Amino acid sequence: MTMIFGVPLAVFMGQLTLGLVNGAFYALLSLGLAVIFGLLKIVNFAHGAQYMLGAFAALLGFRYLGINYWLALLLVPLVVGAFGVLLERFLLRRIAHLDHLYGLLLTFGLALIFEGTLVNFFGVSGARYATPEILQGGLNLGFMFLPTYRAWVLVAALAMCLFTWFMIERTRLGAYLRAGTENSQLMQAFGVNVPLLITLTYGFGVALAAFAGVLAAPLYPVSPTMGSSLLIVVFAVVVIGGMGSILGAIITGLAMGIIEGLTKVYYPEASNTVIFFVMIVVLMLRPVGLFGKEA
Amino acid sequence: MMTESQPMAAPSAVMEREKRAKFRRNMFYLALIVVGLVAPFLAYPVFLMKVLCFALFACAFNLLLGYAGLLSFGHAAFLATGGYVTGYLLASYPGLTPELGIIAGTLMATLLGVLFGVLSIRRQGIYFAMVTLAIAQLVYFMFVQAPFTGGEDGLHGVPRGELFGFISLSSNLAMYYFVFAIFIFGFALIQRTVHSPFGQVLKAIRENEPRAVSLGYNADAYKLVAFVISAGLAGLAGSTKTVVFQLASLTDAHWHMSGEVILMTLLGGVGTLLGPLMGAGIVVSLQHILAQSPLGNWVSVILGIIFVFCVLSFRSGIVGELDKMYRKNFK
Repeated sequence: MTMIFGVPLAVFMGQLTLGLVNGAFYALLSLGLAVIFGLLKIVNFAHGAQYMLGAFAALLGFRYLGINYWLALLLVPLVVGAFGVLLERFLLRRIAHLDHLYGLLLTFGLALIFEGTLVNFFGVSGARYATPEILQGGLNLGFMFLPTYRAWVLVAALAMCLFTWFMIERTRLGAYLRAGTENSQLMQAFGVNVPLLITLTYGFGVALAAFAGVLAAPLYPVSPTMGSSLLIVVFAVVVIGGMGSILGAIITGLAMGIIEGLTKVYYPEASNTVIFFVMIVVLMLRPVGLFGKEA
Repeated sequence: MMTESQPMAAPSAVMEREKRAKFRRNMFYLALIVVGLVAPFLAYPVFLMKVLCFALFACAFNLLLGYAGLLSFGHAAFLATGGYVTGYLLASYPGLTPELGIIAGTLMATLLGVLFGVLSIRRQGIYFAMVTLAIAQLVYFMFVQAPFTGGEDGLHGVPRGELFGFISLSSNLAMYYFVFAIFIFGFALIQRTVHSPFGQVLKAIRENEPRAVSLGYNADAYKLVAFVISAGLAGLAGSTKTVVFQLASLTDAHWHMSGEVILMTLLGGVGTLLGPLMGAGIVVSLQHILAQSPLGNWVSVILGIIFVFCVLSFRSGIVGELDKMYRKNFK
């Protein structure tokens, strides 16, 4: 059997795939955080809770309304995104003129409310969401076994990342968004409806989190606390990559997933802390983050 | 009512006024100390000790947020470090007196504060919050895996021991007065720091960092010192709490705890000296009352709602609002 640094190739590749899949989630979530941060200048602490709401919406939609996975993948981001639009319109907008730390505190409070409410109804032990039939099983690639669903998550998450990148960098709406990030007052003077743009941007960021949640539902146990621990790791990823660039967020997310996966192979004790250590090293060598602009 | 001529008043009159304000403040503190001294005869001492420990924790946190403008989302790490180190030492070395255990825990938290501080003040604003949260999570995972913390179970049966080797702390009343003395010490230290020239520079940095830097102040050094003092006092609170309840657990290290201390400070009044004390009292009482009511499972939801309410329309907190009312009506 082929060995890589004393580890069987199949095990090595298996963990690498797991890491890449986790990295795809880091990328999707940090991308959403970066999009929201760009225009609203707040860190959306409810992002993890919104990811969790996405997974729960898929689960409950299936259980009570018979909505299948594919429909959920389309509908849930729209519904949760619309919910995000309401949050921005009625809560976040009221404190937009204040220090941006208040935005962080407000969304933290919202995260506590969402998480606590669902814990009361569903407990902390997770529920299972069935993998759609067509994506069950796996491919034998000869040197490793690749579960189809993981491959699909990787493809879908990357496609969504690229779609977001395209929307922001190559469309007119994206141009407005980038201009608003640079100078929203000037944009408003040019007749662009900036408040509407802000609302839609927040809604889009929340929809991205919900999309990630639906993707994650068949992979991890669906529980009310699934988002919060993930979010802290994503924060570390954001500190490592900086929130300045879309591609930076995607690359950093995937890279951190791979590093985490490899740590699981060679030094499993540190697998849940390695990203924080990377963050510390980055802070010491390049405080603005790998893709951050010098202030 | 303020008149136009008042700012022109002779320096002696201004000094006289300042003196009177200072006298009033001292009398107020004295009254508070008297209240603290008789409190254990009116309320359950263990509950009061819990309030005092969290109040010290919140005061320490407030030193950083209220006077240096730094929002730390990782203060639970210091509370837990103080608690674990003290708990481990007192449980493993029966000869050790509680005050030495507490000093050791506090020192360890202070050291951790230096490490945290050096790393996190490299970033500002929301990045600072995210960095502190992430490092605190790292500390949390270390406590989960470390052999001396008892993992998920935590440390139990930490002896209260005998203060200075001859005052038994097994009675709640004796324990209470010890905790009260520690709180007074911590509060006085914060009060002194805030009103010192150091505190003034800290406030200047909070208001306008580039200007403070251009005046020749080393902003990073000031922030670091504030961070370390805050971490040390948070550790002191954690150490004391461990001796009182005779246990240290992962709850103290969890990010929920970092959020709770923010809520206590925000509710009581950020940047006021008494706000965190009041906020801690309210939050601890609330948890206590809710735990016995049918709403027991909804504590975190209710805390979240208070959080949202405070941010939306109660940003000065209770003490801040009272202060505003007082200024409007009596000055």
